[in-house]
Amino acid sequence: MSERSLFIYIAVTALATNLVRVLPVLLIRKRIENRFIRSFLHYVPYITLSVMTFPAIMEATSPAVGLTTLAIGVVCAWRGLGLLPVSLICCICVFLLQLL
Amino acid sequence: MNRVFLKGVRDGIPIAMGYYAVAFSLGIVARKAGLGPASGFMSSLLTRASAGEYGAYSLFADNASYLAVIIMCVVVNLRYLLMSASLSQKLAPDTGVFTKILVGCCMTDEVFGISINYPGLLNPRYTYGAMTVSGILWAAGTASGIAAGNSLPANVVSALGVALYGMFISIVVSAAKKHWKLIVAVSVACVLSWLFSIMPYVRDIESGTRTVILTIGVSALFAWLLPASVETDDSKVTGEHE
Repeated sequence: MSERSLFIYIAVTALATNLVRVLPVLLIRKRIENRFIRSFLHYVPYITLSVMTFPAIMEATSPAVGLTTLAIGVVCAWRGLGLLPVSLICCICVFLLQLL
Repeated sequence: MNRVFLKGVRDGIPIAMGYYAVAFSLGIVARKAGLGPASGFMSSLLTRASAGEYGAYSLFADNASYLAVIIMCVVVNLRYLLMSASLSQKLAPDTGVFTKILVGCCMTDEVFGISINYPGLLNPRYTYGAMTVSGILWAAGTASGIAAGNSLPANVVSALGVALYGMFISIVVSAAKKHWKLIVAVSVACVLSWLFSIMPYVRDIESGTRTVILTIGVSALFAWLLPASVETDDSKVTGEHE
């Protein structure tokens, strides 16, 4: 079998991925009025982020470290800390817990 | 420089930190597929998809067909279809085609997450700011991974990797605080996600696909059971348009 071009591989990957990102925002022109669809689209981002975080955060480290970090992150965010502080606290938390 | 752009850059920093760590490990896979630091940098800068690139580089290494690469990219990145549809409702109705294409291309899980959290309608400059810093570090991380192999200490890599989750937590919690329905939905999603990761058969499904299934299922369920009062969003068109 002939050796395929790395350049074409990279181009195909970039093109296919970005088309998936662009088509809906380009094609949906109107404001969606349907209550179900609006609610659905409202839930989508938060549900996606949640299922990507849990239980993956436990697999990224050890389950105990992951759960502790999650709990600390939730408390900090609930108390109103922003993106960067919560992220840094989580990183420091994992780094310190791993030293134990 | 524009203030909204700079705010995007600032909020993009935690994303960029996490990206660097994740991309570093991606670089090790890319190296096996025959990419050098320069081609890895370009490839990551243009594509910006963790699971997508991981799958693609594995296919390159197997000398797979171009069609297989396309199918893999579409399936693994299906969630971007949903995010892009969601984004269409967050942009001002008179947004031009070029801006839509550019903002659409900026959609990664994390940049989408903070963009959708932007108060009122989205100012595209905010997304551009976040994408600039995070995209460059994503590409730099890949290039470093290819160049260095396996030299960052493991505990530093895992600590950096959690920056992404810290950010997700921050986005979800700050929104859930204001909507009790979201707290219920997110809790159910987490329990199901955990069950999916341990149940026989289901746990063998690739994690990107599991994310798509859970997102569609849980979002549809709650859109039906507890329709969110998104109508109020129309009144707060308070995005900074300078």
